[in-house]
Parts: sequence; C-alpha cells; structure tokens
Amino acid sequence: MRRVGGLLLGLLGILALVVVWEVYKTLGPEAGVRLGDRAILPRTGDRAMPHVWDMVTRLGEPATGRRGGPLWTVVLAACLFTLKIAALGWVVGVLVGGALALLMQRLRLAEAAVLPWIVLSQTVPLIAIAPLVRRWGSSLSFGGFTWSSEHSVAVIAAYLAFFPVSVGLLRGLKAPEATHLDLMRTYGTGWWGTLLRLRLPASVPYLLPALRLAAASAVIGTVVAEVSIGLRGGVGRLVIEYAQAAGGDPAKPWAPIFGAVGVGLVAAGFVALLGLALRPYRRTEVVA
Amino acid sequence: MSTAMQPEPSGGRPSTSSGSGVTGPSSGGVAVRVRGLNRVFTARRGPGVQALVDVDLDVAEGEFVSLIGPSGCGKSTLLRLVADLDEPTSGELAVFGKSARQARLDQDYGIAFQQAGLLPWRTVTANIELPLALHGVDKRSRRNRVAELIELIGLTEFAGSYPDQLSGGMQQRVAIARALAESPRLLLMDEPFGALDEMTRERMQNELVRICAETRAAVVFVTHSIPEAVFLSDRVVVMSPRPGRIADVVPVRIPGAERDDALREQDAFFRAVASVREALHGAPVDAPRGVENR
Repeated sequence: MRRVGGLLLGLLGILALVVVWEVYKTLGPEAGVRLGDRAILPRTGDRAMPHVWDMVTRLGEPATGRRGGPLWTVVLAACLFTLKIAALGWVVGVLVGGALALLMQRLRLAEAAVLPWIVLSQTVPLIAIAPLVRRWGSSLSFGGFTWSSEHSVAVIAAYLAFFPVSVGLLRGLKAPEATHLDLMRTYGTGWWGTLLRLRLPASVPYLLPALRLAAASAVIGTVVAEVSIGLRGGVGRLVIEYAQAAGGDPAKPWAPIFGAVGVGLVAAGFVALLGLALRPYRRTEVVA
Repeated sequence: MSTAMQPEPSGGRPSTSSGSGVTGPSSGGVAVRVRGLNRVFTARRGPGVQALVDVDLDVAEGEFVSLIGPSGCGKSTLLRLVADLDEPTSGELAVFGKSARQARLDQDYGIAFQQAGLLPWRTVTANIELPLALHGVDKRSRRNRVAELIELIGLTEFAGSYPDQLSGGMQQRVAIARALAESPRLLLMDEPFGALDEMTRERMQNELVRICAETRAAVVFVTHSIPEAVFLSDRVVVMSPRPGRIADVVPVRIPGAERDDALREQDAFFRAVASVREALHGAPVDAPRGVENR
C-alpha cells in the first residue's frame, strides 16, 4: 500500500513539473524574465522551451531526416552503452573504495595518511584528469588486453564513485558499539572474524547510501567523461551532438537528457534492489 | 565443559554462613583468584587514576559473588580484568588456575553486559548461536544447544524474532542464554539488569537464581543495587572509590532459605541488606527497611 502511494507521489511530482513548465510557457513573457541585465527565467518561445508533448512525440520520429529508426531507439542504444561503462566504473569504484576503507579501519596510520588525499582527490576537476587518463591508458597493454577509450571513461567514473564508498564504509566499519567489540574479543575472534560477523553487517546502513551516491556519481562521471574524452556511442556524446541541432529541431536535445535521467534511475533502482536483499542488516539497533 | 545443564535443581550450591574475608567457601576448586591486583589508568596530563588498589579476592567454583559500590569504585574494572578485556598494571590474576587471557581463549567464562548487545540483524536463535558458530561447533549440536537454551530462558515462541521485536527484559534473557551457550563454569555479569524496570528486574533475578542452580556456574555479578546483591549472592564484596579497593566482604547467604519471592520479605533478608549498607556507608545506618533500590 505504501509502495503504491510512493509511486503515485512520484508520478504526481513529474506531472507537477510538466504543469509548471507549460503554465510558464503560456503565461510568461516572450523575452523571458530579466532582472537588470540578468536573465533569471528563460524565453518562452518554442525554440527555448518546446512543449512537453513535442519532446515526447519527437522521440517517436526518425533520428535524422526522414530515414532511419525512431529517435528513442538511438537514445536507448546510447543509454545501454553508457550504462555498461557506468556499471563497470561503479564496480571498480566500489572495490577500490572498499579496499581503502578496510585499510583505513585496520591501520590508524593509513587513515591519517590516506583520508586527506581521498578528500582532496574529489576537488580535482574531471575535465583536467580525463585527457591524462586517456594518455596514460593508451600506453598500457598487457597480454591480449588493450586499453580503449571505454576503459578511460570507466576509470573516470570509478574515480568519482570510489569516494562515497570509502568514506561511508569507513564510518560503517567503525559503527559497532563497544559492547559488541568486547563481546567478539571475549570469543577470541580475530580481525577477520570480527570483520565478517560484526563490522561488515553493522556497516550496511552506512554502506547503502554510499553505494547509491556512488551509482549516481558513476553515471555523471561517465556522461561527462564521454564528452571530455570524445567517446562516441554514449549519451554524453549524444547530448553534445543534438544540442547543435537545437536551432532547427528544439525538441531533439531533450531526448538524450531523458535518456541520462533514465540511466540514473536504473542505477538507483539497482542499488535499491541491493538494499532489499540486505534488509535484515538494516534493522535499527534497539538498546535494552 | 559439559557439566552444566544437568537437571539437578538444588543442593549444588555451597552455602555460606560463616567466614568472611578473602577466601570463599572452599568446596572444590577456585574459579577466580586475585592477589594484590592494581590497575592505574594513566592520564596524558596530571596523575593517573587508581582504579583498583591491592585487591585480593577468591571466588569458589559454583559460588555467586556480587561486587557492589558507588560509581568509580572499580567494580566494572575488576570484572573487565577477569574477562581479559583490560590488563592489570600489577598483581596476580588467575581464572581456573590459568591466566585471564588463556581462560578467555578457552571460553571458560560467559559474559553479559548492562546493554544486551544483541546483534540486531540476527534472530534470537542466531544470536544465541553466535559463539558456537564462531568456534566451529557443527550445525546439529548447535541447533540442539540453542533449543535447550531458548527453553531455559522461556522464549521458545520468540526463537525467530529479531531483537528489536523483544522487550528489554527479553533481550537481556537472550544475552544471558548467549553467555551460557558454551556451558561456561564462570559467568561474568556487568549490571545486566541495570536498565530494566523494577518488576522485570525482580523477575529476572528469580530467573537467574534458577538458571544458576541448573548450570552450577560460578558468578561474578556487578550491581548498584543492595537488595539485588543480597538476594542473589553467597557473598557481597563491598567496594569503595578513590582509590578503588575492597572495603568489606559480607556473607549474605541465608542458610536453608530458598531464594524466591518469599525471601524478599523475610527479616533475615532485611538484616543482610542492613549489614551490606553499613559496610557500604562505613557506619551503622538506621531504618533498614528504607532500602534504596538502585
């Protein structure tokens, strides 16, 4: 019952957004709202703000000219391409972030030495590291493996995704109460046993939001890195390509934006499924 | 390891009517032996805190000893030293003739804290099973033992429940069952009923008396409550703070008296409560009936 209610509220939210869009488009001034020299609300013409139904019907029309499949199939293919890379980036990010969290929990020295760098790493602009990653990657090849631009994009996605995991998991690993740690000690359980039976299960409530954040970061990282590296085939590239068509075909650029939103939703949905599987570990602690 | 859980409801407990001081009633071996134990917590600045000074204490096998005293008297520290959760600064400490560390590794004791400390993601069964699972007991023996223990604490119908579905008293019973899982000969309890309401508390005390009679384990029991200490114990060890040391040892076991609710009403019980209060306050106190409950 609550789930149905949630779904209904979500749909209502989307509907409200559509209504606001269309009402402003109808009632707002043609030239947009300006405060002095600054535009604070966009122009309401069809070029700046196409009707919502135009955006939707545009999805069903051919991508270019009169020929070819409908636009949505092109966007869907790009979404799958992006989703695959984002998933790879997410997995790598989660593994790296997890390993760092374990290291920092195990050795206090490592926490003091590594944590500031982890935080600092996120202040480096993505645009700056993208070409570096590609240059370093392209000189890599071992065995039958050769580095491709897809891998560069995945690395950048992982670069964004590892951060919330390392910080969130570290907090979770430190979450067990003193009583629980004492208890494990009385059982003569070592670090590994304590990790498996106590620290990891106790970290789940902290880990899940971190994984969701990592999923969102991986998607954003993938889209942005596709643009900065110039990788064809994904949503990021499509956004740039279609933006150039905006003049003659204002509804078209919205298609890859919807696609990117869809990719994000799928990623968040996957983490929600994970949360469902880990439900027993999300029971709140109740003090006697 | 397997002497516990035999259906021998009474008669196993040594009774104490005389003799105070360090040594407990000697019927067989010594569970805990403490000699000249000191624990100083060093502070980064200023003098350290003398948590325990020159503590001597023996706890006989099967004996129930309570540690009582105001906050900061070192009673919990003493318990943690016995449990090898902390290390003494100096002095001797033996648990069943071994070092505290060895006794811990051999699982010679079970422990229960003021907070039940159940793992919230494990059911009642899985919580009680935890020490057995950690020590590689096979699945079938595990299941049998857990079933026995759940029956002992009277929570059979809650076997599949999670801790947050239980009341505080029920959680604490599960924690006690978990402490008993490996049939230890020694139970260490750090204010296990401290967070419970008075009615639940008395019921839990009755239950603990019954469980101890069945398992015949020695118990070291930390508490704030004089009536609780008197009701449960063979001897009450009264401690005083700054520096933490043993002020007196009061034998309180009333010979021949069954430890049930009737005992709580008897004059002998109130006299014992009064003598513990005297030891605690260092002078005779009036009105033994006006006992504090916590």
